[in-house]
Amino acid sequence: MSLVDESFELKELQVLEGHADRVWSVAWKPATGFDGVPAVLASCSGDKTVRVWEQSPSSGSFQCKAVLEETHTRTVRSCAWSPSGKLLATASFDATTAVWEHVGDDYECVSTLEGHENEVKSISWNASGSLLATCGRDKSVWIWEVLPGNEFECVSVLQGHTQDVKMVQWHPNMDILFSCSYDNTIKVWAEDGDDDWHCVQTLAEANNGHTSTVWALSFNATGDKMATCSDDLTLKIWGSDLLTIQSGNGSAPWKHICTLSGYHDRTIFSVHWSREGIIASGAADDAIRLFAEDGDG
Amino acid sequence: MTLGLINANPVVHAKKKRVARPLDDPHADDAVDPLEIYDIVRDIRDPEHPYSLEQLSVLSEESITVDEKLGRILITFTPTIQHCSMATVIGLCLREKLKDCFPAHFKVDIKVAPGSHADEEAVNKQLNDKERVAAALENPNLRQLVTECLYSSEL
Repeated sequence: MSLVDESFELKELQVLEGHADRVWSVAWKPATGFDGVPAVLASCSGDKTVRVWEQSPSSGSFQCKAVLEETHTRTVRSCAWSPSGKLLATASFDATTAVWEHVGDDYECVSTLEGHENEVKSISWNASGSLLATCGRDKSVWIWEVLPGNEFECVSVLQGHTQDVKMVQWHPNMDILFSCSYDNTIKVWAEDGDDDWHCVQTLAEANNGHTSTVWALSFNATGDKMATCSDDLTLKIWGSDLLTIQSGNGSAPWKHICTLSGYHDRTIFSVHWSREGIIASGAADDAIRLFAEDGDG
Repeated sequence: MTLGLINANPVVHAKKKRVARPLDDPHADDAVDPLEIYDIVRDIRDPEHPYSLEQLSVLSEESITVDEKLGRILITFTPTIQHCSMATVIGLCLREKLKDCFPAHFKVDIKVAPGSHADEEAVNKQLNDKERVAAALENPNLRQLVTECLYSSEL
């Protein structure tokens, strides 16, 4: 049965108040929200703090359990939990990335990654949690190795984008990194042994790519498709050959599959592909849209 | 910063006479009136010269268009010269000044008048990138410059 045949409804459960300025990003903590483990959510804001919210098992409502403050000196732009949920990385306009660990009832900043020349915009952990990627307005993408004792070492600084890099995202199964930018392109970065990372593909306008800033990208569960969203008011779906990706030798090229246009009339800032196959998009027209693939693709 | 002014001899115009809006206007409160918006921004001081944006013809009444139905406001301004590097600062001033002025669902777009700037597309793209605008306003130097432009008329 195709998801398209079902009717979906988004129901607002709760409004979480506490931040004193715009909330830029949220992240669900892995391995929470099922099997009796209360759901946990992190949010980050222009008020320079990060809040951690936990759902109460009895009432179902979310309460603020911690406020991570006095570390970032400017807007915290995004946050990402490590795959194990033990660490939370936060990216800030203050040019640093902070890494926090849950210690007792509170969160402690255990490491600060410096290097970007200006605003850090996004962070992504790879599937195994051994690598962390960051990107920012200085047009670069940094890859950090996670070492014992909460130490982080920069293993590569990737240049290639010609403008502000908005988001980085690791492939769900392979150590292949994707970045999207104000330069309207998406870049794919892979390693050819020994920390030698380079750009293996660029998806630009000529490849049926976006014609303005690409704000976000998201993979489907199997990792053979990706959705991107842009200031050009469209969402695009891209695909690659799964077996070639997994073989790891040479990079499987990504190709444009289709463009979803006419659904938003202002910048689409966010896109996410759920495990069940629903694509959600959020845009400056104040709308959230849900997409499902019909049988024909 | 540059040593000399980018445009040392701007053309300065007289301030246009302000028309008082009738107090008993029944629609005074609900509508978003382009002229009201103009009143809010006309006296913003130019970043480089001791004159308002209105006096330098950077802004005029025609600069503001409002689409009530869609909830959109478009402000088009004309930098004094083609290579004005202060264009982005003027844009930031406009955004900051208008920040809390209308109902939340109104979207504001700020652009340079077509043909008025050598890097028109690049400037427009920056002025309408929400993240770039927010980060710029957190930069202490830019913030100070914007504050001076917005509040010097009140000194």
